[in-house]
Amino acid sequence: MKYVDEYRDGALAKGLLRAIARAVRADRSYAFMEFCGGHTHAIARHGIIDVLPQNLRMIHGPGCPVCVLPMGRLDAAMALARDPAVTLCTYADLMRVPGSHGETLIRAKADGADVRMIYSPLDALGLAEANPERQVVFLAIGFETTTPPTAAVVKAAEAKDLRNFSVFCNHVLTPMAMRAILEAPAHGEEAGPRLDGLVGPSHVSTIIGTDPYRPFPERYGVPVVVAGFEPVDILHAILMLVRQVNDDRAEVENQYVRAVTAEGNRIAQALMAEVFEHRESFEWRGLGTLPDSALRLRPRFARFDAERRFDMSSSGGRDHPGCACGAVLRGRLEPWECKLFGRVCTPDTPIGACMVSSEGACAAAWLHGSRSHSPDVPEEVSHV
Amino acid sequence: MSDPSITGSSLSKGDRDIDRVTMTHGAGGRAMADLIRDVFHAALGNPWLDQGNDQAALPIPEGGSLVMSTDGFVISPLFFPGGDIGSLAVHGTVNDLAMSGARPLYLSASFILEEGLPLADLRRIVQSMAGAARDAGVAVVTGDTKVVDRGKADGVFITTAGVGVTPVGLTLSGDRARPGDGIVLSGSIGDHGMAVMAQREHLGFETTIRSDSAALNGLVAAMVSAAGPHLKLMRDPTRGGLAATLNELARQSGVGMRIDEQAIVVKAEVRAACEILGLDPIHVANEGKLIAVVAPDGVPALLAAMGAHPLGREASVIGRVVADPDGRVIMETPFGGGRLIPWMAGEQLPRIC
Repeated sequence: MKYVDEYRDGALAKGLLRAIARAVRADRSYAFMEFCGGHTHAIARHGIIDVLPQNLRMIHGPGCPVCVLPMGRLDAAMALARDPAVTLCTYADLMRVPGSHGETLIRAKADGADVRMIYSPLDALGLAEANPERQVVFLAIGFETTTPPTAAVVKAAEAKDLRNFSVFCNHVLTPMAMRAILEAPAHGEEAGPRLDGLVGPSHVSTIIGTDPYRPFPERYGVPVVVAGFEPVDILHAILMLVRQVNDDRAEVENQYVRAVTAEGNRIAQALMAEVFEHRESFEWRGLGTLPDSALRLRPRFARFDAERRFDMSSSGGRDHPGCACGAVLRGRLEPWECKLFGRVCTPDTPIGACMVSSEGACAAAWLHGSRSHSPDVPEEVSHV
Repeated sequence: MSDPSITGSSLSKGDRDIDRVTMTHGAGGRAMADLIRDVFHAALGNPWLDQGNDQAALPIPEGGSLVMSTDGFVISPLFFPGGDIGSLAVHGTVNDLAMSGARPLYLSASFILEEGLPLADLRRIVQSMAGAARDAGVAVVTGDTKVVDRGKADGVFITTAGVGVTPVGLTLSGDRARPGDGIVLSGSIGDHGMAVMAQREHLGFETTIRSDSAALNGLVAAMVSAAGPHLKLMRDPTRGGLAATLNELARQSGVGMRIDEQAIVVKAEVRAACEILGLDPIHVANEGKLIAVVAPDGVPALLAAMGAHPLGREASVIGRVVADPDGRVIMETPFGGGRLIPWMAGEQLPRIC
């Protein structure tokens, strides 16, 4: 498959691995965070952790939209789904995330709630047109990648003057979450990890470009390399980060030049700016309440805002007391350091959101799971 | 349901009676007898079915053991590239029988029809079923038909049951995999699930992907005769895909498995569709593929026999059985890394069989 096979090529990957092995200095360690859940998933999916040098550690970041949605908003969605007048549409992963009482949208559906799994916000719009007697609500989540399509359907709903369509907007912004990670204190309850570099998002960067990452090297001295989602992309980005660290450089570099530019997709940005405005603050699971970190519909589109159409007073639900999703999302704990991991919390019976989505750090760690536990992985697989 | 012009249900002899299933067809009267004669017997007829009894008395070959299986089919859409619910209902049960090494002989078929189903669709489905049964060398010897109100089913649901006979001395079973055995896959994976998925109109993309739905009993007969006692077990990776089947077998045999990712054949168009939808082909359903576990000495003969059969041309060894009491199935990636092949958590594709 064109543009995929080349970037999954085993020989190319092994060449990059040799280059990384040659480049890393024996007298120091390297800690890089892949911000994006897509990278977390690819690293687990292709067994990349197994083949990196022992003194190079990849820390999973908070870039998983399902994972960072706080319990209060999840509970609000659950309550919305139980409104008999409402058809609630959302993406698949979200349907399995447990709310504060352990219930999920899948469970609500089994109890009779009208919950639909969709692939595109256009499907929600189509449902609203086909069922004028239903209140169709699109539960929108995601970083900048999924925001322009939501903006597009809101505009389409306005053009069609749809009275029964609204959006429960939970779109969040990447740069503020990155800043929160880099500003986390070194010690204490809210501590973050020591980071030598960031692997920047793929799809998000196609929209926002690489310019928004420039403050990170300048202000925090942390290099950023924007990388594609394929294994060769990720290994290439890791090599670029190692070289920056070794050269004592901190810059924004773009590995994903085939899709990402410095300024990003101007049309998508304009569409987002037309439909959305910044919220003063927004709660993130694991990162706390961050200013200017999320979007809501502008007043012009207020009639499509589910938060205005329905009573959505947050229930202030709380996470499971044993769940360490917050610390995992900050990169402070490894998934298997959580008491629940692999015992009561598995992909079949997720307790925390990080175990639900394939982009979640816990699901990825569970999927990978081979290095430390397997009795029969050959030597060359375990240690390269 | 009260307005016949909306529901398509009418007791009168209007046009709709002729071209759609109505509640009358399920009432046990003349309309039902006509439907059974004109649609089912016309297509599926054989000496046992033609006796018109509520049961069939069947001759069974001497020796071996009797194998029985049953399977329900609720696929949506009813027709998809490469097959339909009728051929699938034959292939599914024939394959479940064949995986024991049995020669499938007879099937029963039970139809639940939704009021309003176009009779043309029903005819097409039953004829397809008849063709699939003929090709697989089995006879549909007894059946049943029920009609339910509109909205209580989705066009048609079919349940088939089948019996077959295994040769004397052949015992294939999911608990027989042992460390050192080879794991053989008969061909490309993911074709059926993606063909059905792409057919769902709301996805809005066109592909050339066709379901691999096929009866595997011919391939199985060739495998049994080539590998004989070296053959330990066979299973068809249907719902849940290759991943679920490998995990089932590992658990049943109390062994682990190491799978070579590069040895698994996935058609380019299937892989592309999976990439678009964020699916992994190892979780996607197949309806015409099988996995065989075979003792090392039997591998060359088995591969040769499979390669000579049209349904086994792309057969290859995809991995090996290893000792692991925890039953882990691990994929070795082209980069020398590894990952667990998990069971699929929750549903990936609804109603694909």
